[in-house]
Amino acid sequence: MSTISTAEPEPAGFRQPRFERTRLLLRSPAFLCGMAILLFWVFCATVGQSYVDPLGDDILNALAPPSADHWFGTDQLGRDLFARVIAGARDILVVAPLATVLGVVLGTTLGLVMGFFPGPIDDIVSRVVEAVLALPLLIVALIALTALGTSNLTVIVAIGLSFTPLIARTVRAAVLTERNLDYVAAARLRGENALHIMFVEILPNVLPPIVVELTVRLGYAIFTVATLSFLGVGLQPPSSDWGLAISENYALIGGGYWWTVLFDALAIASLVIGVNLIADGVAGVAE
Amino acid sequence: MTREPPPADEIALRVENLDVAYRVRGRDRSVLRGLDLQIGRGETYGLVGESGCGKSTAAMAVMRYLPRNGRITAGRILIDGHDVTLMPDEALRRLRERSVSMVYQDPGRALNPSIRIGPQVAEVFTLVGASESEAQTRTLDVLRRVRITDPERVMERYPHQLSGGMQQRVVIAMALAVERKLIILDEPTTGLDATVEAEVLDLIEALRAEHSTSVLFIGHNLGVIARMCSRVGVLYAGRLVEEGPTREIFAEPRHPYTVGLLRCLPRRGTSRLDERLDTIPGFLPASPMAVSGCIFHPRCAMAQDICRQTEPPLIGLGGGRSSRCHFHADAPHLPRSTRPDPAVRSAVSEADAPLLRVEDLGKTFDSGGHPVHALRDISLHLRSGETLGLVGESGSGKTTLARILLGLIPPDSGSRLLLDAESLPPLPARRNLDAVQIVFQNPDSALNRAHTVRRIIGRALERLAKLRGRPMQERMLQLTHGVQLADRYLSAKPRQLSGGLKQRVAIARAFAGTPKLVVCDEPTSALDVSVQAAILNLLADLQAERHTSYLFISHDLGVVRYLSDRIAVLYLGRLMEVGPAERVFRGPHHPYTEALLSAVPGPDGTSRRVILKGEIPSAVRPPTGCAFHTRCPRRIGPICDTEEPPLSERDAGHAIRCHLATVEMRRETTGAAGVPV
Repeated sequence: MSTISTAEPEPAGFRQPRFERTRLLLRSPAFLCGMAILLFWVFCATVGQSYVDPLGDDILNALAPPSADHWFGTDQLGRDLFARVIAGARDILVVAPLATVLGVVLGTTLGLVMGFFPGPIDDIVSRVVEAVLALPLLIVALIALTALGTSNLTVIVAIGLSFTPLIARTVRAAVLTERNLDYVAAARLRGENALHIMFVEILPNVLPPIVVELTVRLGYAIFTVATLSFLGVGLQPPSSDWGLAISENYALIGGGYWWTVLFDALAIASLVIGVNLIADGVAGVAE
Repeated sequence: MTREPPPADEIALRVENLDVAYRVRGRDRSVLRGLDLQIGRGETYGLVGESGCGKSTAAMAVMRYLPRNGRITAGRILIDGHDVTLMPDEALRRLRERSVSMVYQDPGRALNPSIRIGPQVAEVFTLVGASESEAQTRTLDVLRRVRITDPERVMERYPHQLSGGMQQRVVIAMALAVERKLIILDEPTTGLDATVEAEVLDLIEALRAEHSTSVLFIGHNLGVIARMCSRVGVLYAGRLVEEGPTREIFAEPRHPYTVGLLRCLPRRGTSRLDERLDTIPGFLPASPMAVSGCIFHPRCAMAQDICRQTEPPLIGLGGGRSSRCHFHADAPHLPRSTRPDPAVRSAVSEADAPLLRVEDLGKTFDSGGHPVHALRDISLHLRSGETLGLVGESGSGKTTLARILLGLIPPDSGSRLLLDAESLPPLPARRNLDAVQIVFQNPDSALNRAHTVRRIIGRALERLAKLRGRPMQERMLQLTHGVQLADRYLSAKPRQLSGGLKQRVAIARAFAGTPKLVVCDEPTSALDVSVQAAILNLLADLQAERHTSYLFISHDLGVVRYLSDRIAVLYLGRLMEVGPAERVFRGPHHPYTEALLSAVPGPDGTSRRVILKGEIPSAVRPPTGCAFHTRCPRRIGPICDTEEPPLSERDAGHAIRCHLATVEMRRETTGAAGVPV
């Protein structure tokens, strides 16, 4: 081709938008605080727990209040509560993220299908999703776990499945606006199949809301795991999980043994707040 | 027409040495520098320039509506002698309430979606102290004055229930409701159909004359500016580069930027067979402060050493004109930046067998059980290497026709589509996809923003040209060079590119295979004129080289005329007129074509304007008889209401669907394409 007319301008501000987002995230105080809290607990769950002994009991020293020897005191069996709080981060930080990822993967797939195939498929699945959403999440998980029997795997599956409809609905809404854009028509005119259009063309463009949903759901998952453990259908002994510890010890509060539950409760609260702060920061940047 | 600046007490707005800066990533970016202008009472002053030149910023600054990061860093803005920049909030509020109003580009965003039109307009009156009932009657009155039929019903509606043209009329009614000293119009007709635009402009003009209100009119459409404004200022990169009476500036511009802008428009009656469009080389400087000397010198073909060293002052030329150019006397002789010789000299011969043949094409949509005929009984043909222009208002079925040709939606059964004498399957699944491709209107929507340019073009080459690996890479470079896209953009994502670059990527994608037909759906409507000229040249060059046929959809008749060999006019899904471009423009015209042509704004356009009443009727309940009879200014009688005229051939290849005899149809209406140069 042999044209010589005008070369086009180099647009102002030619830069990588991806780095721009990271830069914005690192400027968000909420994200930084949340990340510090989360990283602290990840550190406890990985490195920290190998330096403490959450199972070593010292029955003579049972129910000792916080002291220099036992910073957080001891429980009924004389186990060091500081060690148990540190080690308690491990199971929840495996179970909750896995459950969230499962829910996001299933929900995203379902949402893509619902948004991309309007008509009967979307109608039927949407009604089912709404019906499931009408049930209280915790009750559904509780019934499922009672029926299936409890183990880490069933907890992951139960929470993951109960998150799926919510995420599917968010993704569907995003896909509905994307599928009317011309680049989808252009892909059809190249003869791309539906799978390619859904996962290669549309998915990258609906990632921001999915990432936001993922961080928000992670906070809920942590809370749900702790609740289920407290109710006895989540993580099982001898795990030093925080929810489980609270359920084992809460009867003692009446006897003035406050330290047996306080630190576990604070741990749950801090992790949930930390994750929610991250979600806040991510949502701000994703806009 | 104002020749000399008006005397001081007759000045409604005076802007003195205004500097505005936006704070971006911790640094001040200068957007307007040393802007001086004044608007006399009852005067309409136009501010033109391409996007990014600071036009809207100037408008916002006058109202002190700058975005949060914007700041007036120097200068004064005097409205009626009061300095807006120093006004306390309360006085500013009163100013916006009573003296100045603004109409924005997008009427949908100016209206509160949750308040009915009635109370929303009435608020303008209650704010200035009218009683509830008085506000009601005045609202009715003002809606009637903006020629809204049945204002009682419109007052009960919510904004989203009105069409774009109606919404804009409501916004203008609100702006003009109370007598204002100054009205700021920021591209008030962008996005409206030509016939609606013409009506809105008439309305503004009439109301302005009635109240002798001053108007600051901001626009990028030079034709609109020429029609509306008595004086005009040309902005470039935040600098006023030329100012003076509109007619004189457009007839004999004295700044190279103005000269360039005017040359980018196709000259009246010319086509791509006559000459290549001129463009403005280079691009708007990213940081105007970094340009030494004249702000325009990097893009100016006449730049000398002095231009690079010293910035010229605004030099008075007498007669109220001034130009910021050292060589203003030579500006009209600015050398061209493209060669003038056209890419193709001769159109296709009439004898060629048609590439595309459309016969009895129809498309019926279902709207809640009612059939809606989006297209009826369309028969067209297109030869190889030929361009068929498709014009008509929104809702006429242009895009539906394009989507059917592409195979994105199937036509009604009984329609016949033939490409190269072979039947074209209705859906892409069974097609040779390579043959028909499209350049979409909006490049932002057309390019996947998650993918790089390399991936967008590469994937098209894989699928359409069946190339992989090295041959694919080589072909990609050939293709991107063909559309003048520098290699460094291959790794960029669409959001990092300007509108013109994005459209080049989209064109490269359409030409990835060996398309026989490319549908161009308003490919330049989102672009500035200089970029538009470059894209139109590119399309003409590609066509000359590849012998591709175009179906060119556009509402800009000047552009359609320039690029098309033949033109088809659609109205409510009916083909009203089809024929060779120059014959369709010269006439005799179908009355609808006549109205479309006369709606094109031009300085001489007002006298013989054909005014169409009302809006395009709903396709759900189309008019009986001739589809156009409800708005037709030349309706001959009951036959138009009851009997649909046939599409009858009036001369060779020129067919018109009208009961009117050829001899009674008008020839050669008014201004055909923008501004005469």
